[in-house]
Amino acid sequence: MYVFIVRRLLLAIPTLLIISLFVFSLQKLLPGDPVLVMAGEERDPVLLELLREKYHLNDPIPVQYMAWVGNALRGDLGISLRTNQPVVALIAEKLPVTLQLALMSMSFALFIGIPLGILAAVKKNTFVDYLTSVLALSGLSVPNFWLGIMLILLVSVTLGWLPASGYQPFFVDPLLSLKTMLMPSFVLGNALAASMMRHTRSAMIGVLSSDYVRTARAKGLSERVVILSHGFRNAVLPIVTLSALLFGELLAGAVLTEQIFTIPGFGKLIVDAVFTRDYAVVQGVVLCTAVGFISMNLLADVLYVVLNPRMRASM
Amino acid sequence: MTTLDASEAKTPTQRSGRAWRKLIANKAALAGLGIVATFAILALLAPLLPIPDPLQTSWTAIRKPPSWSHPIGTDELGRDILARMIWGARASLSAGLFSVMLAVSIGVPLGILSGYLGGWFDMIVSRITEAFLAMPFLITAIALAAFLGPSLINSMIAIAMSALPIFIRLTRGQALSVKAEEYVEGARAIGLGPVAIMTRYVFPNVLPPILVQATLTVATAIIAEASLSFLGLGQQPPAASWGSMLNIAKNFLTQAPWMAVWPGGAIFLVVVGFNLLGDGLRDALDPRAA
Repeated sequence: MYVFIVRRLLLAIPTLLIISLFVFSLQKLLPGDPVLVMAGEERDPVLLELLREKYHLNDPIPVQYMAWVGNALRGDLGISLRTNQPVVALIAEKLPVTLQLALMSMSFALFIGIPLGILAAVKKNTFVDYLTSVLALSGLSVPNFWLGIMLILLVSVTLGWLPASGYQPFFVDPLLSLKTMLMPSFVLGNALAASMMRHTRSAMIGVLSSDYVRTARAKGLSERVVILSHGFRNAVLPIVTLSALLFGELLAGAVLTEQIFTIPGFGKLIVDAVFTRDYAVVQGVVLCTAVGFISMNLLADVLYVVLNPRMRASM
Repeated sequence: MTTLDASEAKTPTQRSGRAWRKLIANKAALAGLGIVATFAILALLAPLLPIPDPLQTSWTAIRKPPSWSHPIGTDELGRDILARMIWGARASLSAGLFSVMLAVSIGVPLGILSGYLGGWFDMIVSRITEAFLAMPFLITAIALAAFLGPSLINSMIAIAMSALPIFIRLTRGQALSVKAEEYVEGARAIGLGPVAIMTRYVFPNVLPPILVQATLTVATAIIAEASLSFLGLGQQPPAASWGSMLNIAKNFLTQAPWMAVWPGGAIFLVVVGFNLLGDGLRDALDPRAA
């Protein structure tokens, strides 16, 4: 099994290299001289030359790339043009906010998606099944920024139950923090819940028609025990790996959700950076998201092996 | 699984005829087709419809609720929202279709070449594909749109590039399995060259799953375009797109809630349409489901 994990880790290296190449070449898409953008209003030739020297812009492109990767590996992703802070510090500051949002959305998706998926599988081809599949289709089709706006309109503007925007750190005021994050995590988590529901349903249908479930029923076990301990325990595996994979999607979806609810997280950081042409920040966020996403993929693969006794035996 | 004897074997035309009958027998798919067709017709006929000019501002009709002259109200510059919705359908649908067409027209040939030829070419293409599949779709699109500069065309390119790896991987997998089929071996045996085999045998056989994936990806692409426009990276004002209409509407939620309801509702409906159609196509084209 360790061999598998090590092999899987090694496979992530070329992926990361290609992504770093992509992120690096993004700045080459920019028209004009990046130094002119960095220097802003000042067009002092000495300063421009200094900046060119500092960012290795006089070197051939492969050398520039090596220098950039070298810095990135040492945790130096450049300086934000807007705030003059190191990009890494900015990311470290915003990441916990987005992680809280992502964790709350994920728990929401699990608590709604899995029970409804089991229910739909058990009540296959009944009204309940159709109703849940309509719910799942809506969850997958609704643009989450629109859902967010509609919820603000209904819950905050009309009913006045929850705050429409803002952010409160969890460790300062846990209750208010959860309250402000409730709507955003519903908005971000609902597509995930839909996906979770569909996968749970199909996994459960497969398991419930298997021989050991029939045997369990024949032994006279109660339906609850059959469905939960014999059925769900065997259907849970693909759902675990799916959750790890979808976690990366959450980071992407957070961009829009944070924009609507004005949450000062990772997603808001990249959008603000895009509009202030703070390209080092854009690159940094993209690179970090990719690394996070790849780690989650890795975790999904490893979990799949660890949780599956048959796979474990064959390793 | 049953085996087919010679009399049961179907020609491609018979197969697509059967798939079509199965598709229109499926009520959900038919509903999807109806939704998509309605929006497509409205978008195509936009210049001919008796609606006001979508760019015509009016200082006397700013943020007016629905009325006889403006059935779903006016926006912050007094423009007719219905007219902007119909013109916005053009932007959203064409963004969805063109970006997927671009992704398919690059991804399918690359996938076939990669799967059929194998070797170092396949190695390189597969590694790059995997790397891009490891990036969340929207983040890639945002990054590309940011660096290419905000415009509808650039957002389409960004979406196409983000969708590309899905098509390369799908086509490659299909090409690999078709390559092992007996009829391809037969074609090789009678001396057909790789180009002829790829175009005559591999290409038609990878098409059905590509068609399904393309339909579902149009739905994703429409949401992606709306997201980019919502963030200000897609369609630029004053031209209308559903995403950019929502972007403005969010600033007037308390004063003019109707500005936000319709564009999002339209995105939702058209995406449901493409999803239903895609699911229906999958069932209709699946040879296992007789």
